[in-house]
Amino acid sequence: MSASRALDRAAVLAALETVNDPEIPVVSVVDLGIVQSVIVAGGHVTVAITPTFSGCPALEVMRDEIRSAVLSIGADSVDVPVVLDPPWSSDRITPGARDRMRAIGLMPPPAVGRFRADPALSLRMPPVEPDEAVPCPFCGSKDTVVENPFGPTICRSLHYCNACQQPFEAFKAL
Amino acid sequence: MSADAVEARRALAEAAGMGVPGPYDALSALPQALREGVDALLLAFADDAMLQGHRDAEWTGLGPILEEDIAFSSMAQDELGHAQVLYRLRHEHLGAPDPDAQAFLRDAAAWRNARLVELPRGDFAFALVRRALFDLAKAVQYDALRQSPVRELAVAATKLRQEKKYHLLHDRAFVTRLGRATAASHDRLQAALEAAFPAACDLFEPSDGLAALAAAKLVPGADVLRSVWLAAVCQLADDAGLNVPAADPAALGGRRGDHTEHLEPLLAAMQGMFRSDPEATW
Repeated sequence: MSASRALDRAAVLAALETVNDPEIPVVSVVDLGIVQSVIVAGGHVTVAITPTFSGCPALEVMRDEIRSAVLSIGADSVDVPVVLDPPWSSDRITPGARDRMRAIGLMPPPAVGRFRADPALSLRMPPVEPDEAVPCPFCGSKDTVVENPFGPTICRSLHYCNACQQPFEAFKAL
Repeated sequence: MSADAVEARRALAEAAGMGVPGPYDALSALPQALREGVDALLLAFADDAMLQGHRDAEWTGLGPILEEDIAFSSMAQDELGHAQVLYRLRHEHLGAPDPDAQAFLRDAAAWRNARLVELPRGDFAFALVRRALFDLAKAVQYDALRQSPVRELAVAATKLRQEKKYHLLHDRAFVTRLGRATAASHDRLQAALEAAFPAACDLFEPSDGLAALAAAKLVPGADVLRSVWLAAVCQLADDAGLNVPAADPAALGGRRGDHTEHLEPLLAAMQGMFRSDPEATW
């Protein structure tokens, strides 16, 4: 099959770039860092993913969309296992995705080097105390307060900027 | 994190002799007796999370303010996610049925949750205090499990512990503010603490085979964890102007399947839809 012959890892990754988080449509599953591995064996493709938050209801939607996207570029069959090791960290969100989040008024989490490729290091914990003041995505001020650690989705928190007097949301650091 | 908390965590890992690489670095490497102990521990923790999540979900649409309606609904989602992670470990590595069957097809006598999480929804003061007691216990238990040499346990506990951070932030903010707001809010929190605390002690009742796991240095024993938890509870109560009552050992029993009369109605509500057609796809 000619389509299968053209299938390689780069083509699969390009297809995955078109699958967006249904709750943050400016960010793809690759940008979000939830793709753990991509294996192409002939016409069979395995895309292992990991949840951001373990109760994320969008995960099943993303699995279905990943399957469709990879089938649409000519794979004969696709597996999308969910794996936990190494656990996801918000450090994996790409710089481009962070800019696009900011542009829609969703403050991205700080990248503080919590995640490393070394699986042992990735078990290091983020700080338990509240992170430093979350900057406002609109005016950049750090004169902000947490209104509630829970927002419209389980990965977002609610904040208020005292400087520009705007409420805003942030993607939680993990 | 305070210096005290850092010190407590270090002492915890040291007392338990954990984090030392040994022959038991994966679930598949464990002899049968230890596998059964791990299975019982995962079931107890999964059942805790599942039922706490169900009780949280009972606040959806009823929260006293919109933000708390959302917060309890979000924490419910988190807990269901945690239960799923733990049920899936049992399913993928220890021969248990799939997570849905574990959650929705077991009768009351087969549940190993602490009694705390099966108590009825109560008022908002009770919901807050129960969450605070539960979240502090889970933070301590997951923190300890993160030190396990068994990779699957350490990874799952790390994931769950990270997410607990936001529950702890939530609980502390509300418990300390309401504890020191008015006489009415203080008295309601104090009454809730007296009602919830004895059943919360169930969270540290050992699951079957826990002593053998602790002896093999796979997890810490229940006593050391319970004392770390109690210190954290007392600290929070102090900050909120509340008094921690004495524990009532007679309340223990959830880990042995000895539950209150509240579990059966809870399961009827939680499992009814699934049991009406277990083969349905959603």
